[in-house]
Amino acid sequence: MEKFKKLSSKLTPLNIENVDTDQIIPARFLKAVTREGFGDNLFRDWRYDNHDNSIDDFILNKIDFNSQILLAGRNFGCGSSREHAAWSIYDYGFRVVVSSFFADIFKNNALNNGLLVVQIRQNILDEIFNKLIKYPSLTFNVDLNDQKFYSDDGVFEEKFEINEYNKTCLLNGFDNIDYLLNIKEKIVKYEEEK
Amino acid sequence: MGKTLFEKVWDEHVVDTIDKGPSILYIDKHLIHEVTSPQAFNGLNNRKIKVFRPEKTVATADHNVPTLNQHLPIKEELSRNQVDTLTKNCREHNINLYGLGHKYQGIVHVIGPELGITQPGMTIVCGDSHTSTHGAFGSIAFGIGTSEVEMVLSTQCLLQYKPKTMLIEIEGDLREGVYSKDIILYIISKISASGGTGYFAEYAGSAITSLSMESRMTICNMSIEMGARGGIIAPDKKTFEYLKNKEFSPKGNDFYKAIDKWKNLKTDVNAKYDKVIKFNAEEIEPMITYGTNPGMGIKINETIPSSAINNSDESFKKSLEYMGLNSGEKLLNKKIDYVFIGSCTNSRIEDLRVAANIIKGKKIAENVNAWVIPGSKSVEKIAIKEGLSKIFDEAGFEFRQPGCSACLAMNEDKIPTSKYCVSTSNRNFEGRQGPGSRTFLASPVTAAISALNGYVSDIRKDN
Repeated sequence: MEKFKKLSSKLTPLNIENVDTDQIIPARFLKAVTREGFGDNLFRDWRYDNHDNSIDDFILNKIDFNSQILLAGRNFGCGSSREHAAWSIYDYGFRVVVSSFFADIFKNNALNNGLLVVQIRQNILDEIFNKLIKYPSLTFNVDLNDQKFYSDDGVFEEKFEINEYNKTCLLNGFDNIDYLLNIKEKIVKYEEEK
Repeated sequence: MGKTLFEKVWDEHVVDTIDKGPSILYIDKHLIHEVTSPQAFNGLNNRKIKVFRPEKTVATADHNVPTLNQHLPIKEELSRNQVDTLTKNCREHNINLYGLGHKYQGIVHVIGPELGITQPGMTIVCGDSHTSTHGAFGSIAFGIGTSEVEMVLSTQCLLQYKPKTMLIEIEGDLREGVYSKDIILYIISKISASGGTGYFAEYAGSAITSLSMESRMTICNMSIEMGARGGIIAPDKKTFEYLKNKEFSPKGNDFYKAIDKWKNLKTDVNAKYDKVIKFNAEEIEPMITYGTNPGMGIKINETIPSSAINNSDESFKKSLEYMGLNSGEKLLNKKIDYVFIGSCTNSRIEDLRVAANIIKGKKIAENVNAWVIPGSKSVEKIAIKEGLSKIFDEAGFEFRQPGCSACLAMNEDKIPTSKYCVSTSNRNFEGRQGPGSRTFLASPVTAAISALNGYVSDIRKDN
């Protein structure tokens, strides 16, 4: 896993609630046996019509700047446990998803791949969506060390929660599997005592 | 203070807890399938390690398999490669695989219970969110991502934060024509598709204990559709009776010893839940969904509302636009194009029996394409033996072979753009059953009667 570094970026606003993982990456694109390349089909059926033509209205087709932060409506990532959802968001180039509420499995999958989820208050999320209508180029910053999400114009500054363990893992690029492999003796002991 | 059933099973499986961090949770049974496991095996191979406890993992092919001509090689190259990769990985790592053609093959959440792999008090995980199904046996069962599949393969453990506990209690007698699918769709319509997020739900009350094991599985299966990580039901005589003589259940004296242990798997009287929700069984009627998340459900004779809990006006409007529906409209008598009876929610033998009972001797409407996809080879075999497959065939249903099929439309079983499908599956998301498809979630009974009439029908009036 790559280390998570402090970043500054414009936002990609996706003002839709209950974005399920079938929307993030439809099942028919889950046939690969490797982790790479899923970004091409991120939000596939919102991005392209049935004849593979770009849908101009959709936010990923509309913005003409690079963005590492996806700003999404409430209950992001619900539904299927497919980790391909987190892979496709990361592969597309996002490093942070900001929302007011995340589904449990998606949150785990994201953190296991170095994709930071930032949960902020609903009213602030609404305000940011509104602000971006007028000022789409407003830059935001994500500082994981200080657990802060703030705008360059000084209007928004939100603290966000993250568990100490997950924070350490993200900042250092540590991997849960390495952690578990290192405590195998404890696991064997547990099995023996059972 | 006493413990809830969930806490009892959880605490039993905690190997250790990281300071200010997650717990290390031991996993008793790990189920894998072709779609969410290949990248996990790649991870193991990259680290040059073997599966730690191969006997605790069981594999099947279900998500991406055709439901016709399963004896022939899979036509679609990517699907074939995925299924072949599973076979190769299982061989290299000594994992039992019930692949295509095997008598135990089927949807992973159908075969686990019917083979007795699922047992009370266990921790069970799978790279599939409907793993919650197995909670019907008093086990902690939940869906995981592929990185977590890799963790379990390599260490038989997961790093997990303990979820909050929620009790959903339903007392009273169920009304005529109401099935377990209606109960869970009703619950989700009341608390929304995110009302259970952060929680693990326990279902209790006389309306729950009155249900068969198959029906309990339907309820636990859809726990994830309200955002809950899983659902759990205390095991009882019905659970023990169901597990008796199953292929991998304990046998002889060991079985009775196991029952003595399983009997203790219930919430203590003085235990506290983080949240308690109570419903009266008599409030529940046959249910159907009208929107694009499972929380958007109504009683079948109601009109489509103008808002839904935890859906903004904008989202609600977008959802109805996708569905081609309007507030104030009734779904009852709405013309449909497809009927799908299948999926890990409703493809067990009990589901096929109730559906067959309704269509016996009748024909489906000319405007309807109807599919029945049995949940497993075993369900298929019983359905053929009992003459159910013949009833479906004669009524004009296509009785196919086991797999996840049109629930997620990964294989070629897809509902075409803008077509309406009454489906016994678990998700009505945009495009879930195929790009542009429109799903009405309902019970197998509602699906069967609607197939006959060609429009959304109420079993209490139209039969």
